[in-house]
Amino acid sequence: MTNRTIRAWTLIHKWTSLICTVFMLLLCLTGLPLIFHDEIEALTAEHTLPPMPAETPLKSLDEAVATALATYPGERPLFLSFDEDRPVVNVTTGPGARPPVSQMHISAIDLRSTRILADLNDDKGFMHVMLRLHVDMFAGLPGELFLGFMGFLLFVATLSGVVIYAPFMRKLSFGTVRAGRSRRLKWLDLHNMLGIVTLMWVVVVGLTGVINTLSVPLVAYWRSNELAAMIAPYAGKPVPERFASVDAAVRTAMEAAPGMRPQFIAFPGVRFSSNHHYAVWLKGATPATNRILTPALIDAETGAFTDMRSMPWYMLALRLSQPLHFGDYGGLPMKILWAVLDVLTIVILGSGLYLWVARRRTAQDHAAAAPGLRSAVGDAAE
Amino acid sequence: MKPRAPLPLLAIFGIPAAIALVTAAGLVTALLDDGLVDALSWAALSVPVLAAAWSWRNRER
Repeated sequence: MTNRTIRAWTLIHKWTSLICTVFMLLLCLTGLPLIFHDEIEALTAEHTLPPMPAETPLKSLDEAVATALATYPGERPLFLSFDEDRPVVNVTTGPGARPPVSQMHISAIDLRSTRILADLNDDKGFMHVMLRLHVDMFAGLPGELFLGFMGFLLFVATLSGVVIYAPFMRKLSFGTVRAGRSRRLKWLDLHNMLGIVTLMWVVVVGLTGVINTLSVPLVAYWRSNELAAMIAPYAGKPVPERFASVDAAVRTAMEAAPGMRPQFIAFPGVRFSSNHHYAVWLKGATPATNRILTPALIDAETGAFTDMRSMPWYMLALRLSQPLHFGDYGGLPMKILWAVLDVLTIVILGSGLYLWVARRRTAQDHAAAAPGLRSAVGDAAE
Repeated sequence: MKPRAPLPLLAIFGIPAAIALVTAAGLVTALLDDGLVDALSWAALSVPVLAAAWSWRNRER
């Protein structure tokens, strides 16, 4: 690489980093508790089911929905999701088909009794604040897309960092940390070493984060293309006055897709369904396939099966981006590793900021770099 | 040990590329199955963390 090329990449690294660093620090700090949100919520929420005889028959989904609607009169059902390992469904209701999240109500309902175990409408707690800061900084879709752009800048900063890693390491073996000379040199080496070892994790978590910020436009695109094609005969039909049975819709969907189980049901009119259908989102039964969702559309007026299609590639990418970003797919040890890598990323961001400040303050440490590297390091450390 | 002659790119990026590949394998395997595969993924994701710890332990004082 010529010094000109190095200089260009250095400028790219400097400016993309400077723009995104503050936001990345915010994301790393708020992301840290979010990694453990299951564990933290288990500490604060009541998670044990009231004891009932083991063979207590389950009530119907329709009864669960009726319970939620009786609790929030005047609202309409939006989603019904199934808990993984207990007979509990979560029914989301709201004043309209697509209200803001703040106006939705989520009730966790015990299917053995249709009693409401808890309302999950936490919109003030610590974890909620962390989540909103992390997702959109309380700025809605523009905030979300903005953070997505910052994530893209992080990706460019990471790649350019890899490029200028080479001139730094021309005469140093892997993992060298010169801690005994100047503070600046120590942090420079740490920044380079931590940056290069966490490279893949940072790229994957960064890019899947970017994909997650595109969720709203991607779902809207899917709805107006794939979904519109599935429900072409129903185009322009209004949301039905009365809905057919949810239980029957789930049964019909499961008959159409043997071996799959429902993950959640989107009611007519919501973002994940058409105006006229229940969308029963089915997942595969094996660990490799249970992240891949397939929507079966059931006519919400007649209960008849309409269509079922696997998701297009961009929706699969969106779906797989969730576990790869959250780190919630490999038990607690994986979450702990996620947290450690997150902290290392904070050190990279902080040291990068420090190096920029220190570089502006003084240039005298350049001489401490490896002999013969002065011009390259001087440029690249900018 | 500090080599004197400039290192070829392969020497500079060999270990980092290996760490990146192991990390990627760890990230993907845990998606495919539960149980044993999860443990493989923990081992793989420990590699970048251990590389960082090793570098810090062997820092030049």
